[in-house]
Amino acid sequence: MFYRENGQFKSSYRADQQILPIAQDRIAMLVLLLVAFIVVPLGVSDYWMRAILTPFLILSLAALGLNILVGYCGQISLGTGAFMAVGAYAAYNFQVRIDGMPLIASLLLGGLCATVIGVLFGIPSLRIKGLYLAVATLAAQFFTDWAFLRIQWFTNNSSSGSVSVAGLNVFGVPIESPVQKYLFCLAFVVVFALLAKNLVRSAIGREWMAMRDMDVAAAVIGIRPVYAKLTAFAVSSFIVGVAGALWGFIHLGAWEPAAFSIDRSFQLLFMVIIGGLGSIMGSFFGAAFIVLLPLFLNQLPSWLGFSISTALASHLETMIFGALIVFFLIVEPHGLARLWSTAKEKLRLWPFPH
Amino acid sequence: MKLKSLALTAALVASTLGAVLAPSLAQAQAKEQFFPLLVYRTGPYAPNGTPWANGKQDYLKLVNAQGGINGVKVTFEECETGYATDKGVECYERLKGRPGVALFDPQATGITFALTDKVLTDKIPLVTLGYGLAASQDGGVFKWNFPLMGSYWTAADILIQHLGKKEGGMDKLKGKKIALVYHDSPFGKEPIPLLQERAKMNGFELSLIPVTAPGVEQKSAWLQVRQQKPDFVLLWGWGVMNSTALKEAVATGFPREKMYGVWWAGAEPDVKDVGANAKGYNALALNGSGPDNKVIQDIIKQVHDKGQGTGPKDEVGSVLYTRGAIISMLGVEAVRRAQERFGKGKVMTGEQVRWGLENLALDQKKLDALGFAGVMRPVSTSCQDHIGSTWARMETWDGAKWNIAPEWYQADDQIIKPMAKAAADKYATEKKLTRRDAADCQS
Repeated sequence: MFYRENGQFKSSYRADQQILPIAQDRIAMLVLLLVAFIVVPLGVSDYWMRAILTPFLILSLAALGLNILVGYCGQISLGTGAFMAVGAYAAYNFQVRIDGMPLIASLLLGGLCATVIGVLFGIPSLRIKGLYLAVATLAAQFFTDWAFLRIQWFTNNSSSGSVSVAGLNVFGVPIESPVQKYLFCLAFVVVFALLAKNLVRSAIGREWMAMRDMDVAAAVIGIRPVYAKLTAFAVSSFIVGVAGALWGFIHLGAWEPAAFSIDRSFQLLFMVIIGGLGSIMGSFFGAAFIVLLPLFLNQLPSWLGFSISTALASHLETMIFGALIVFFLIVEPHGLARLWSTAKEKLRLWPFPH
Repeated sequence: MKLKSLALTAALVASTLGAVLAPSLAQAQAKEQFFPLLVYRTGPYAPNGTPWANGKQDYLKLVNAQGGINGVKVTFEECETGYATDKGVECYERLKGRPGVALFDPQATGITFALTDKVLTDKIPLVTLGYGLAASQDGGVFKWNFPLMGSYWTAADILIQHLGKKEGGMDKLKGKKIALVYHDSPFGKEPIPLLQERAKMNGFELSLIPVTAPGVEQKSAWLQVRQQKPDFVLLWGWGVMNSTALKEAVATGFPREKMYGVWWAGAEPDVKDVGANAKGYNALALNGSGPDNKVIQDIIKQVHDKGQGTGPKDEVGSVLYTRGAIISMLGVEAVRRAQERFGKGKVMTGEQVRWGLENLALDQKKLDALGFAGVMRPVSTSCQDHIGSTWARMETWDGAKWNIAPEWYQADDQIIKPMAKAAADKYATEKKLTRRDAADCQS
């Protein structure tokens, strides 16, 4: 009823190949973008903007990058935190060492540096796969942790090992208020999501998926494994690197390697798995689940009027969160994105399911 | 299929709940000074973070029991950071907008770094008692930071002074080997510049031995200690790292008498597990402790005996608990001082509290009246000097309790002031800030 596509005929290949072929989807996306760009900045408190939506957007972007690698190309990676760190520290170095470096340029250059490191650590994927590859990418994590803690040059000889940025601006417009930061991140996320969506629909995306589903068969039909795997690593770590730079520059402002520790890698992997492997939208769902739910669980007792100790609230948060992850994965191993498509299917047939 | 629709419903409910997740409903009313309490009661640093958090909270309860700050009631809310920077930033954003917010004590060096830029625009003071950014003692650049009572540079300086004294003169340190076993994070790295400066000055050899956070794995670090055979080991640890280091020292046979911890490595949780084996281990004491101090007795009588205490009663008065009480006391006294200028019985804004922190004049008489006699030395801050006091004592673990030596040390201003100024100037150039002028000091 809500979602019937009766009467929507496609009469050209272009129409058939749209990202959102159904009119309702197009309207929904338009509304969503309008809300995100106009309603949210006008009507949402600073706390929400700064402490919830901005990190949500940045982590969505990182999850999106990881999803390309894990979900679309089937290369499990535990080095996401490392590539984020490379992006952040590289962008920092461009920013402080080159006078008058534009912010966007240094963020993108940070992403490019992450691409180089990502491809480097992706080379083992040509020989090993699955869990073995995960362990190999773990090496990236430990290597960058070590490098950014020990090599003083990367931190501009900061005595404490912590670096910080200030006075960010784009074409003279400062990026300081919560709204500016939010909109800046949102613009990045929208552009990257669109690019990613188109990439995975294109020839290269289909190559990635073929590699994921069966690499031998893919090689037999003429897909070059080296090219497919390394491009997946490159694209993924570029996006992850930019996300890392945004995390450091926009969200934290000052950071140390611990901000991109192995916990971050796991967190992002969970986002991808819970959100839905091989789904652009799933990355957003996963990020929302992992970022918002703990905050919500943490504050729930006080809203309900219970007064429990901080430690208990924090432990409860972890337990309920863990239980929910298990629950969702048992019920829908394909993640929240699949639940979403099931819901859409139901709405299509509603009220007469068959 | 049923299970699946259940999941769908759950997802729907979760998303709607998420949508109504509004910034907290409980807004404080007028006439209440709000103290946000960033704490960590979970995670690897919880054993040390918990007594600290309890002390902070109990002292605020004591202030309320005694009628508030000139009649202004004190309110507070805890937020769990788990020592993680991003969670700390979230907590800060969550609590900074409350009416009557006084100041933040982030309780972690990493969070301090992230907040230092933010408080500048939000105009809320950041108190980092005995930790945080050493350069921020220079109030000329760091208008909103207050590393009261000591920074890692003053701590390192006092430790070296003590070693020199123990050897019979600073010149006797020449040729000695001193190893710094440190937590590999900004917290552990912060003292390094000062120690290098001192090494140049006093001619000792400094070796740096990092320990990966949180510090449960130290085998390789102590292997290095064993190879290098240093004359002294300075321990810059926090939480579980300290007791692990002591256990490793026992295992490698490094004499505990030659180990000197910073004041974050000198509390009960650090040595309790090692017990008698840690006998002889020394650490800096930033504050006195024990259940007999008057302020602790007041807390027991007016808070714990009424059933309103935080945490177990037998931990009241422990080292970190007392330090927590001191932090809250300094915050409360800053508000009181600000009220003297901006109006008694009024709720102070962040800017006014900053003035109070900048003009703290807690002499011995005032401290005695507050019940802090013997716990700490007077603190007096100014526009340029945001540290207020650089005194500390040494303490030694006798296997069952900490014994504080009576002698106080003061950090050498001749070394620290120029270093702090240089570091602050570097920070100012990086951030394109200008030094505050005389007029700004009056604000």
